[in-house]
Amino acid sequence: MTEAVKNAESSTAFGRRWTARTFGARWASQIGITFAFVLMWVAFISLAPTTFLDSPIYVSFAQTTPYFALPALLLTMVIVSGDIDLSFVSIYGLAMVGFVAVEKTNGNVGLAVLAAVLIGALAGLVNGVIVTGLGIPALVVTIGTQYLYRGLTLALVSGKSYALVEAQDSAAYQLLDGRFLGIPMQFVWLVLVAVGTWLLLFRHRLGHNGHVIGDNRPAAELMGIPISRTRIWLFVFVGMASALASVMQSLQVSNFYPQIGNAYLLPALAAVFVGGTSVFGGRGTVWGTFIGAFMIGGIQAAIVAMGVEAYWIQVIYGGIILLAVSIHAVLQSRFER
Amino acid sequence: MQDDSATRGAGAGEQAVRQPRPAAPSATLRAMEPAEATGRGRVSVELRHIDKSFGGVQVLRDVSLTLRAGEVLGLLGDNGAGKSTLIKIVTGVHQPDSGQILFNGEEVRGLTVDRARALGVETVYQERALAEQLSLWRNIFMGRPRTRWLGFLDVRAMRKVTADLMGESMGFTSAVLTPDTHVTGLSGGERQGLAIVRALHFEADIIILDEPSMGLSLKETDKLLGFVEGIKAARKSAIFIDHNIFHVYAVADRIVVLDRGRIAADFPTSRYTLEEVTGIMREVAASGSFVEPERGRATNAVSATEGTGETS
Repeated sequence: MTEAVKNAESSTAFGRRWTARTFGARWASQIGITFAFVLMWVAFISLAPTTFLDSPIYVSFAQTTPYFALPALLLTMVIVSGDIDLSFVSIYGLAMVGFVAVEKTNGNVGLAVLAAVLIGALAGLVNGVIVTGLGIPALVVTIGTQYLYRGLTLALVSGKSYALVEAQDSAAYQLLDGRFLGIPMQFVWLVLVAVGTWLLLFRHRLGHNGHVIGDNRPAAELMGIPISRTRIWLFVFVGMASALASVMQSLQVSNFYPQIGNAYLLPALAAVFVGGTSVFGGRGTVWGTFIGAFMIGGIQAAIVAMGVEAYWIQVIYGGIILLAVSIHAVLQSRFER
Repeated sequence: MQDDSATRGAGAGEQAVRQPRPAAPSATLRAMEPAEATGRGRVSVELRHIDKSFGGVQVLRDVSLTLRAGEVLGLLGDNGAGKSTLIKIVTGVHQPDSGQILFNGEEVRGLTVDRARALGVETVYQERALAEQLSLWRNIFMGRPRTRWLGFLDVRAMRKVTADLMGESMGFTSAVLTPDTHVTGLSGGERQGLAIVRALHFEADIIILDEPSMGLSLKETDKLLGFVEGIKAARKSAIFIDHNIFHVYAVADRIVVLDRGRIAADFPTSRYTLEEVTGIMREVAASGSFVEPERGRATNAVSATEGTGETS
């Protein structure tokens, strides 16, 4: 039902223009964010060469960025499907309660890690079931469960911290926080989870359905997509990723404190949106979130290294985030007809 | 790391120089032929005493309706008459509060979208059932992606099918469009074509068209009506829902009028002229029902007694 004739005649010329256009529409967002990342890093290096030309800071990035980038990756899927999860930062704490309970009674760190991840999955399941079962917007539900999970954590441990020094002698510690060919395992896990997330989001039925749900929910219903099941799974994955990140961080600093994760809400969300994922659902990239997380992680270190007065940190933070999001908006309107 | 990596090889080249399509019958029709050969045969659907309400508002009241095998049924009614709800019950999107649904005379309980599809029901929703930010192949396979193992997608196969459908059935002959094009890049008519082909690719025996002419140009509407004629020619059944009585009269074997959740009239199109049908519609709007003069009884009763339908 198109003007076939007209198009057939001009197809060669039009086709070439379209190729550039297609390319732009498909990759602009990711090229944009990568370019911005490189620019930012060049600026860091030229302004603070002693810090940014030295390897310790990169080891530090590779260890600490995954602590919020892991849930950010899976949060990308939740946001693509039109939901949001603000409670994941509290799942850090709740999952570690399970870890501590198992580790302190049983001494098996591997089992404790499993317990933490299981609790993370359960917390995500509760989010998903409330959101889909009662039809309450995820924003509202996860504000509630953010308080609930944090409150439970504090109540269960009576607000106390636990030292986890003995757990550093375990194989689980080596697997999560050790080194592989000199690369911190946190980073290795981040890459593995990123690849897994990409596969789920773009090459699996779950992500296929999630995309449709986020783009056009009524259509998803008409076409028989299992909407509730899909959304619940995505919440479960965020819970598991948060638990994993929390265990990694706690083992690394050999301490569990009940407020763990609290500081990651905005960095993780910023990573997702700086990465070009649409707030409205239906569109997002894993690469964008990955790069976005390292932009967010790098800014703080850079500002300190450059000797900027601490009061200005948040101004620079906000500026860079707004700039990145604006670049996406401009590229988006430029390449979509 | 977006999903739409470079696989334009599937269709771009060969599509580019295809001949312009003949105006009528619609090229969309061609998608039906292979389906006819492999389809499950003729299927009838019967609804018996269907009630449905949403939050205390009764949308359908005691609706009984038969779609005979090989019949094109026109469904008319005002906004809010319950047309969409009725359709969603046949397609398994909604479940009735009470009443029965029969396929080929056998009752089907707990009908879901997947089950209805398995029974051969396909629906052409308008473009509102397309996901705009997603590629054509993701739209064609919306709700039933082809997978290989553990739910991982067979993207290559889906792109291939989409490219073939674009060339053969949709008449998307320009190189501008590839299986990876997003729906945002399509015109209104192209979107409608996509919605139709999406339903037809999957070997339907009953095709439901939900206000398909909405937003189409005159020329595109002609193609659409030609396409409905094609359904008839292929001896498949269809329910054709439209606001426009002229469109419905032109293609339907039988017309059912819904009014405030009830069947207000149910008659063969051949029995009346277009003017008379328009009169019937006015009568329904005024009184809420229509009594066929020859028979002297409400058509409500007629559809209930003629209930069983043909099965083959």
